[in-house]
Amino acid sequence: MAKEDAVHAEGLVKEFGDVKALDGLDLVVPRGQVVGLLGPNGSGKTTTVRILATLLKPTKGIAYVNGFNVEKQADQVRHSIGLTGQYAAVDEFLTGRENLRMFGDLYHLAPPYVKQRSQELIEWFDLIEAADRPAKTYSGGMRRRLDLASSLIAKPSILFLDEPTTGLDPRSRLGMWGVIESLVAEGTTVLLTTQYLEEADKLADDIVVIDHGRVIAHGTAEELKDQIGGDRIEVTVTDLERIHDAQTALAPVFGGESIVNDSMVSGPVSGGSTVLVDVVRLLDSQNITIADLALRRPTLDDVFLSLTGHGAVDENPEKAVSRTRKGRNQS
Amino acid sequence: MTNIIRQGAVGMGMGRVGIELKQFFRDRESAVFNFLLPMILLVIFGSVFGGQDLGDSGITFSQYFVAGMIASGIVYTSFQNLAISIPMEREDGTLKRLQGTPMPPAAFFIGKIGMVSVAYIAQVTILIAVGVFFFDIDMPTTSFAIFTFIWISILGLIAFTLLGIAYSVVPKQGRGAAALVSPVVLVLQFTSGVFFVFTDLPQWMQSFASLFPLKWLAQGMRSVFLPESAAAMEVNGSWELGLTAIVLVVWIALGALLATLFFRWVPRGEN
Ligand SMILES: Nc1ncnc2c1ncn2[C@@H]1O[C@H](COP(=O)(O)OP(=O)(O)O)[C@@H](O)[C@H]1O
Ligand SMILES: [Mg+2]
Repeated sequence: MAKEDAVHAEGLVKEFGDVKALDGLDLVVPRGQVVGLLGPNGSGKTTTVRILATLLKPTKGIAYVNGFNVEKQADQVRHSIGLTGQYAAVDEFLTGRENLRMFGDLYHLAPPYVKQRSQELIEWFDLIEAADRPAKTYSGGMRRRLDLASSLIAKPSILFLDEPTTGLDPRSRLGMWGVIESLVAEGTTVLLTTQYLEEADKLADDIVVIDHGRVIAHGTAEELKDQIGGDRIEVTVTDLERIHDAQTALAPVFGGESIVNDSMVSGPVSGGSTVLVDVVRLLDSQNITIADLALRRPTLDDVFLSLTGHGAVDENPEKAVSRTRKGRNQS
Repeated sequence: MTNIIRQGAVGMGMGRVGIELKQFFRDRESAVFNFLLPMILLVIFGSVFGGQDLGDSGITFSQYFVAGMIASGIVYTSFQNLAISIPMEREDGTLKRLQGTPMPPAAFFIGKIGMVSVAYIAQVTILIAVGVFFFDIDMPTTSFAIFTFIWISILGLIAFTLLGIAYSVVPKQGRGAAALVSPVVLVLQFTSGVFFVFTDLPQWMQSFASLFPLKWLAQGMRSVFLPESAAAMEVNGSWELGLTAIVLVVWIALGALLATLFFRWVPRGEN
């Protein structure tokens, strides 16, 4: 039933003028679980989070958070959730500790409690040395941690994290993952949006893949991987110019379903390691030299590609993925 | 939960004043531009023209100028301050962040009004101290003058705070907001008799300035700091305090309307 889940949204539609940011999105986050909302830029992740956080009214549809209607019981919803936006929004001129105190006040918390809770969070988020410096001196990773710490001041049972690690260096990303994992271990329900398949794979119990404002797939990471089936072979060629020749040459092994990314061509195979021999032979006959050759389990990237026809993250048009489908060549 | 204290918008807004003041004074640009500027101008203008009398009135330029600087101080600490800082807070997402908390929106505005008021009181105190110690400014003595000073300050602060909140939608970005705000303030100052004797200005300029509140604030402050005889130098030979009150109240109503219609928590293009 709708009200028992931490988040329950049905048929969310959001129009911005002509743009349909959400197009009938359904979403359920059971209590105590981590659901990853996975989608490329512009797919509607932030819009979904903002509707659930009461910051935006849906054009159509209905949503409950912690059993409260997001439109009619906004105040109760705001008391139930912690929200960290896509960009860390900390007050530059206040110190880390003052930022935390400010949020404590906004959540109507008693000052002695805020003081103690702030200290806890400062220690936990590794901000001890920086706690009494203005936040404008913080690095990107520290700002993100402070931002997340601020949203935890009232110990919310439901946490919305909008792309919590976008733009972080790998070390800070690992740190953030650790923090999220321990929050989950304490029983916090998390709705996490991400463009990183690896992140959803690592953190989420359940992954909801969205594109153009609607859900296109749903399941655990394993289930999604199974959807596109078997193993894949990845071949990297030494000469970038010949990558499309390689793709053509390998059409027999990949059954016409291959993807080119930079100097790598990959595709689904059946037959395990014996196909590796075929790959080498086919490329050799065209005088294409191989830089790297690997057989692997499908990743969520492959899932995404097979579901949407485009990659999850394709910001750089030169790196855009080209793809052949059932023998028709398009590059 | 035992740690929750139930607090209304007013209580929470009062609690925000301290935080707002920290932001105001720790932002070096804001501290100089909105807080210290009237003192700096008083020292410069006072040192250059200070001793000169205005015509044969026996009133020193400094005495005239300090009234204009106090009126300007109201505009700096409220209008200029908010119209520059709110776009920055909006751009860096801190406003959106606040919007997502259980804070009643009124608490935000009460915090701003409190911050503006405290900054103005501190500013006026320093300004008058500088005037008295370095430029021999005469202080108002009658309780009527002090009463006038208080109500003009309050109405002026409310009007320009609301107008600053409304005008904060004009700068699209935080960076460059100052360039869209300070020319407005400067034009008002030059035409409202802050830097020049108002009645020396061309007629059209006087008519223009009379539409806006700064002219009336400056005139009201002159009634506080200049002797009664100086009223003869005003446009209608009187301080027009009743009309001043009406003009300020009309601007407060207009400011409240514009602020409620136009204030936004997120940048344009984001809803
Ligand atoms: N305020 C807005 N006005 C117009 N279009 C918007 C607005 N907010 C988002 N959009 C559009 O809605 C779509 C979804 O945006 P968003 O939810 O931000 O995606 P994501 O967070 O997945 O990158 C995009 O096409 C975006 O351009
Ligand atoms: Mg987004």
